[in-house]
Amino acid sequence: MKFTKLVSALMLSGLLAACSPDNVKDNQAGMDDNQQDSSQTADGAQTSGIDGGGTEGGTALNGATVSYDKAAINDAGNVLAEKVVYFEYDSDQISQDYQELIAHHGKYLAANSDMSVRLEGHADERGSREYNVALANRRALSVRRLILFQGVNADQVSVISYGEEKPVALGHDDESWRLNRRVELVYEAR
Amino acid sequence: MKKILIKLSMMFLLFTLFNAQAALRVEITKGADGAVPVAVVPFELIGQAAGLTNVSDIVAADLKRSGKFSPIEKSKLIAYPKDLEEVNYKLWRVAGIDHLVIGKLNVIKPGQYEISFRLVDVFKGVQVLGYQFAANDHSLRSISHHISDLIYEKITGQKGAFDTKIAYVTAERKQGMQPSYKLQVADTDGFNSQTVLNSTQPIMSPSWSPDGNKLAYVSFEKRKSEIYVQNLFSQKREKVSTFKGINGAPVWSPDGKKLALTLSKGGNPDIYILTLETKKLKQITKHWGIDTEPAWTPDGSEVVFTSSRSGKPQIYRVPAKGGLAKRITFDGKYNASPEVSSDGRTLIYVQGEGNIFKISSMDLQSGFVQVLTDGPLDESPSFAPNGSMILYASTDKFKGVLAAVSTDGRFKQKLVLSEGDVREPTWGPFRK
Repeated sequence: MKFTKLVSALMLSGLLAACSPDNVKDNQAGMDDNQQDSSQTADGAQTSGIDGGGTEGGTALNGATVSYDKAAINDAGNVLAEKVVYFEYDSDQISQDYQELIAHHGKYLAANSDMSVRLEGHADERGSREYNVALANRRALSVRRLILFQGVNADQVSVISYGEEKPVALGHDDESWRLNRRVELVYEAR
Repeated sequence: MKKILIKLSMMFLLFTLFNAQAALRVEITKGADGAVPVAVVPFELIGQAAGLTNVSDIVAADLKRSGKFSPIEKSKLIAYPKDLEEVNYKLWRVAGIDHLVIGKLNVIKPGQYEISFRLVDVFKGVQVLGYQFAANDHSLRSISHHISDLIYEKITGQKGAFDTKIAYVTAERKQGMQPSYKLQVADTDGFNSQTVLNSTQPIMSPSWSPDGNKLAYVSFEKRKSEIYVQNLFSQKREKVSTFKGINGAPVWSPDGKKLALTLSKGGNPDIYILTLETKKLKQITKHWGIDTEPAWTPDGSEVVFTSSRSGKPQIYRVPAKGGLAKRITFDGKYNASPEVSSDGRTLIYVQGEGNIFKISSMDLQSGFVQVLTDGPLDESPSFAPNGSMILYASTDKFKGVLAAVSTDGRFKQKLVLSEGDVREPTWGPFRK
């Protein structure tokens, strides 16, 4: 048996064992996902709300009732029942219709300072993932800006961006993409 | 000859797969012309062992996956030499085989083996490589990949990258169930996959430490983005970034001491550098646009990144100490997710046109751009440590799959996960 090289068997097997994948054990499994982090605060610039945002009812949108009573947020017939804002591709611009909707949500929050909202920004799957996190964050910040304009305290509004990681529609087509480019308004009692 | 055949049939029976399941199935989707014809003769088994890893099959599959070799099918082998004296060079020359791999697996006792192999240059009629290794059941696959590395390097002159690891993220969404996100590490052929993090919330952007011992990644487990560094061996992890807003896109510096990352704590996503030991943070870009997806040049002097400062995402470079950012990409409206090759010459990135996103490469000196993949939704390109292949995420009908393409675009393969989506692959470093 002639070999040009004889690698030290012990050394090599030792080395490989050290790198062996069975050292990579199942770790950190079963993470507690329900734990809401209470330290989470609003993102972006520390603008404070303009005073004078009242609780008066606005114009009715599509025949929906307009009320900023605390329970109105759970009323399916109220204008506040709509809690998703949709966007164009690679854009954080808010269309006229949604500006009106967001104003209603802003007025509700101004009238109910014991309520808070989490703005969850999302993107469609096109393009790179971290860029989409940044893009969806901008969308959420655009919504935040309009909410604060109604005189809402900044600490009533928090922002998180999930980018393209949490799609609601799983297709690879225009309709799925349209539904995924969104900011969801998630209300919580403070 | 009859004796050899009996032995061979025994070998085929015994050399079935050992315990190592492939979560990812490799499909070669585009073969390359001009691949080197080699013959990997099934290794002789000395002694008895049931259900052993088939070393020679792994070696043949590795060489084939590289796109640089075309191993002939086992059924088409014209002879089964196991020692140098048994090689009939003329026979192999006539068959058009350039190189021959022969070897033995000696079962010393159950679970303890000695593997030897020789690489033979058929035309010169000489052995050009020969090694012997000790192995156990755990190291057998790794040593098989190591043998592939030695053969690859001897023939191509380039270091092999078969005996390395890949990391990726999987996502499973089932009706009425919480989604399941997993950060996984596997061999480069998809075997030995190990889950290192399991969460119901998204996991993103894994990055290998240069020593291959740690992964940095983004986890949303606390309903916000946070960056962790996890040791793959001790299983310990540390939260290294949890600022207000985005904590994203961590990438290890070549010296292993820093992370480049994206933070939006200043109001806009900008690139920062975090020194891991001191926790010192330095902002290196400052712009109202989106700055994200940093990647280091191999000497650590510069960071390339994606920025929307021109209106649409394009790739820029900036000194790692901070300074003026210079634009690199000009073709097309969407260029993002850059990575620089280990020789510093080539930039790979995602290039988008309408709804089609492909992996492209750019020669950084000449600016020459080559589109490497077909799309439609390709992303997250990552170089093999030897620069020969690019691993990326793609879609196969309705599933996220991993795919690889040779750096010249001529050879393609897919790695399909049996269940769920697989995305954000990143190729680990050479073993130290």
